[in-house]
Amino acid sequence: MSMTMTEKILASAAGREQVTPGEIVPVPVDLVFGQDTTMPMAVIEFERMGAERVFDPERVAIVCDHFVPNATVMAAGRTKALREFAARQGIKHYFEAGRGENFGVEHALLPEEGLIRPGMVVVGADSHTTSYGALGAFASGFGSTDVAAAMAVGEVWLRVPETMRFVYRGERGPWVGAKDLILYTIGQIGVSGALYRTMELTGPVVTSLTVDERLTMCNMGVEAGAKSAVVPVDRATRRYLEAVGVAEGSVFAGDADAEYHSVLEVDVSQLEPQVACPSSPDNVKPLSEIVGIQLDAAFIGSCTNGRMDDLRRAAGILDGRRVSGDLRLIVIPATQRIYLQAMREGLLEIFAEAGAAVSTPTCGPCFGGHMGLLAAGECAIATTNRNFVGRMGHPESEVYLASPVVAAASAVMGRIAHPDEVGG
Amino acid sequence: MVLEGRAWKLGDNIDTDQLVPGRYLSLTDPRELAAHCLEETVPRFRELAQPGDIVIAGENFGCGSSREHAPVALKALGISCVVAISYARIFFRNCINLGLPALTSAEAVAGIEDRDRIRIDVEAGVLENLTRPFHCPVPPISPFLLQIIEVGGLTPYIRRRLDDEKALPRVERRRK
Repeated sequence: MSMTMTEKILASAAGREQVTPGEIVPVPVDLVFGQDTTMPMAVIEFERMGAERVFDPERVAIVCDHFVPNATVMAAGRTKALREFAARQGIKHYFEAGRGENFGVEHALLPEEGLIRPGMVVVGADSHTTSYGALGAFASGFGSTDVAAAMAVGEVWLRVPETMRFVYRGERGPWVGAKDLILYTIGQIGVSGALYRTMELTGPVVTSLTVDERLTMCNMGVEAGAKSAVVPVDRATRRYLEAVGVAEGSVFAGDADAEYHSVLEVDVSQLEPQVACPSSPDNVKPLSEIVGIQLDAAFIGSCTNGRMDDLRRAAGILDGRRVSGDLRLIVIPATQRIYLQAMREGLLEIFAEAGAAVSTPTCGPCFGGHMGLLAAGECAIATTNRNFVGRMGHPESEVYLASPVVAAASAVMGRIAHPDEVGG
Repeated sequence: MVLEGRAWKLGDNIDTDQLVPGRYLSLTDPRELAAHCLEETVPRFRELAQPGDIVIAGENFGCGSSREHAPVALKALGISCVVAISYARIFFRNCINLGLPALTSAEAVAGIEDRDRIRIDVEAGVLENLTRPFHCPVPPISPFLLQIIEVGGLTPYIRRRLDDEKALPRVERRRK
């Protein structure tokens, strides 16, 4: 029987010849992780389960990225407890701002650290775990109790998802990138358009994207309700894995006659930059329809768009320009490694000279946790993934989601703007 | 399992940021989380919800963040059951894992108004509106998931499994 790429990964992990969409299978996990807002609850449940040791300390990671550097006294208590749990359990993959060689936003950090390989089953206590499909892994978000159970027994139950195949073709315009492709797709299918399913992102346009860009697309699969998102492994994937120094893993390709829930063709030739308007990631409009909306703040960063590709593009716009006097811009490289690389390339200097506040890696502003929150009536453009009511601060504030180039151009103009308006 | 309570009717795409805003995610105490549940969009909910009450929601209930804080807060307020047209998958799993029955029925949602009194027989799969003449079948929760709910959630479920493994004679454990 033929299978899709995702079905093959799950069948192989479960030690089965075949799995069929809809069936529930117990699957051993290759990596289980959580962050500083979900892991404390997972540790409580792990202990309530009577578990003494994690199933394999090498396959557990803890990334403190949300309220770091410790934003409150309570958050400081949480990271301290996680640090102690990691030490007690012999978990070496523990990351926190200001210690060790690398740290930062989990979905940028774990691939950089070589912890993600094709064919893995990755269970993360964070919804944007879907990101890792960009490297040909099956990766999905779970709650704290599921992650506690996975840490205890090294296994999780999964309902095998149907696969929706997306085929992107055509010539991309100069300002159209991965963020625009995924925003457009979410706008087309809606926030529950891929509910319980996996999104397989394919076609010549996806092949032309870097792994950084594919991570952006898979990251936002969950905003269409997807259980996972995946990109077939190719030369770009192999180059990335080589660069981070890990073996290729198990590469699975879908069968030509595999059964898909649906196949959607997307012609990107006429596509302009896309923006998700308040207050839902599927309220997506072409940029030209909303240019001119006045802004109070802009944020470039997050697990969606805080990688080198993103910073280079944003710096290309901001180089030699100033952030509008009516607006405040925050730029946050997603990991320490990215921060250092951006420093070496002179990007941090470009951001700082433009007037931006440049910060050490944190998820802070994206989820309305800390750093750069919005007041009632304020309006922001952000390269993040969600713009729900109150997401970045007061419930009467508004967030527009866009790519790094659109956010950078808008920061210069003080209103939503097209990159062409600032002269590229 | 027969549940009875007042309905709190919510809309479509109620996200977990609404259920528990991001700034409260350092909290782990269920009662403290309950104090902020839906505080910005349905502020009376956390004040007036009573033990046994039932949440009725539209499509894609619990979308967004994986934060288990959201169903933990609902449970701490005494919510006995949620009924929705559809669920975001992580939220659905979190409900089951906490032992909070999550039923799916568009028909039920259409036949219930805010504050109606509802009775649900979970095993029999019947929902009855006690305020107005309406009843309908609700699809049963799959036997696999019902096992988890019946022992009180995934934590006691895994605890039993670990206890069973610990009880195995040493030779057996090694073979496993």
